[in-house]
Amino acid sequence: MRALRWHGREDIRCDTVPDPIIEHSRDAIIKVSSCAICGSDLHLYDGFVPGMRSGDIMGHEFMGEVMEVGAENKRLKVGDRVVVPFTIICGECDQCRRGNYSVCEQTNRNKKLAETVFGHTTAGLFGYTHLTGGYPGGQADFVRVPYADASCVKVPSDLTDDQVLFLGDIFPTGWQAAVYCDIEPTDTVAIWGAGPVGQFAVRSAILLGARQVVCIDHVPERLAMARAGGAITIDFDEESVLERLNDLTAGKGPDKCIDAVGLEAHASRSIDSLYDRAKQAMMLESDRAHVLREMIYVCRPAGIISIPGVYGGLVDKIPLGALMNKGLTVRSGQTHVNRWTDDLMRRIEERQIDPSFVITHRVSLEEGPMMYKVFREKQDGCIKVVMSP
Amino acid sequence: MNEKSLTVYSPSSPAGSMQATVRRLGWFSIGLGLLEILAPRATAWRVGLPGRQGLVATFGAREIGNGVGILMSKDPTPWIWARLAGDVLDIATLATGDNRRRSTNMVALAAVGGVTLIDAMCAHWLTTFHARRSQPVPDYSDRSGFPKSAEAMRGAARQRIPA
Ligand SMILES: NC(=O)c1ccc[n+]([C@@H]2O[C@H](COP(=O)([O-])OP(=O)(O)OC[C@H]3O[C@@H](n4cnc5c(N)ncnc54)[C@H](O)[C@@H]3O)[C@@H](O)[C@H]2O)c1
Ligand SMILES: [Zn+2]
Ligand SMILES: [Zn+2]
Repeated sequence: MRALRWHGREDIRCDTVPDPIIEHSRDAIIKVSSCAICGSDLHLYDGFVPGMRSGDIMGHEFMGEVMEVGAENKRLKVGDRVVVPFTIICGECDQCRRGNYSVCEQTNRNKKLAETVFGHTTAGLFGYTHLTGGYPGGQADFVRVPYADASCVKVPSDLTDDQVLFLGDIFPTGWQAAVYCDIEPTDTVAIWGAGPVGQFAVRSAILLGARQVVCIDHVPERLAMARAGGAITIDFDEESVLERLNDLTAGKGPDKCIDAVGLEAHASRSIDSLYDRAKQAMMLESDRAHVLREMIYVCRPAGIISIPGVYGGLVDKIPLGALMNKGLTVRSGQTHVNRWTDDLMRRIEERQIDPSFVITHRVSLEEGPMMYKVFREKQDGCIKVVMSP
Repeated sequence: MNEKSLTVYSPSSPAGSMQATVRRLGWFSIGLGLLEILAPRATAWRVGLPGRQGLVATFGAREIGNGVGILMSKDPTPWIWARLAGDVLDIATLATGDNRRRSTNMVALAAVGGVTLIDAMCAHWLTTFHARRSQPVPDYSDRSGFPKSAEAMRGAARQRIPA
């Protein structure tokens, strides 16, 4: 089969590899009908997240048709159409039973490695480094889905791939980020990043009733898409983020702040982002934390900081004094996808939202490697790439 | 309380915006240029180039031209690049400075080095900024994802967690 494989920094190729086979009785083999490139894939592409090996198959946002099921897998049958969450879950461990799926205690087959780096293991993830199990991803013709009986989300036949594909990752991610904000009808919610995750966070915050949703980025078409979803926008190349946020909140600051940018925050011309770049270049710091610092500084006291943006290692100069004295709450994590999928599927069926709004580019698998670059450079108005194998 | 002992962290302060930094470079150019033109002899002496006031005055004229260009033009990018070229020239000239005034000469070199860094940052920012702005912007204003206006959808999911 064909698969997009990581061969090193900025080196992803469409290779021919052996087809996956059932390895465990709870597995299923899925024939991929649609898959997407996620902002998290860019962190791997740019070489910022440790634990990738040459030849790893990329992709954690995919869906398709069940081709084969293991003997013990009673919930799925051949021919079922499913979305596969990017988190691999067992459905049985203590954390899964509490709904904390992204920290499932069973599915990471490199637990020791994760324990060394993070203190404890987290769930196995598709196409996402050996720290999270090194499972081959879904930017391929076929994928083996471990624990498929627990994780796969069945799709009603009247919904298109475009409508449901993002249930596996970015829609629940934006949604969870907003739910974590405990939104009140009087709230101003500020969202850094108007990438796909930021776009879904904007819509989720609107649906959850925030009085004012503000989105910060510097890519004009992304800001335009955020405005279409109901946000007020701030272009950080043109205006001061702090000044605008304070203006919009009568000086009080946003009640809730969402970081939908992650560890590759752009140098937004402030001195601290240069500091991060320099330290990152010298390998003294792995992540750039400009957005985190800005959020902590501007957030209204007693507010909430919600961090769906991915961080990989260490950062410096976090204003912990401000965080503590202002009494801020921080919530974060890889998304507990299965916690939200039923609810969000229903909202899609009820036409409360159509997630396909975010798709700007459709290509074949062979064109995938090129699209990594287009997506990263935000060329050609690219916001979300969907590939059909 | 000793306020100096507080380490204040203020991210991207309003005064720190790219445009503001560029404008400040413009004023800095004019200020330095005036100094070089009005007091060429003293300036030459101070930077370790005694007796080269003619050259210093010429550089002053260049600085003023640059500064006016930065402050007056709609897109200051070429003027910032011109400043950067000027910085290189300054450094090259200072490097030929008088050995007897080595320490003041080194201070001047370090100062120009610092300014060069700021100029380089601004040049880079402006160039990528304008490259991005010069691309046609696709129109995504109809991509709300909602069946009705965003205003009408506000709060539609207030009863959120299903049983
Ligand atoms: N928690 C999860 O489970 C989960 C799931 C999916 C994605 N993510 C993460 O969410 C983040 C966003 O993903 P995406 O797909 O939207 O990626 P993306 O790269 O398309 O979007 C990031 C956006 O942030 C903007 N940005 C950069 N620096 C900024 C700054 N200083 N201020 C404001 N905006 C800035 C960029 O211009 C870009 O538009 C990534 O870190 C990704 O890894 C997390
Ligand atoms: Zn993702
Ligand atoms: Zn589990």
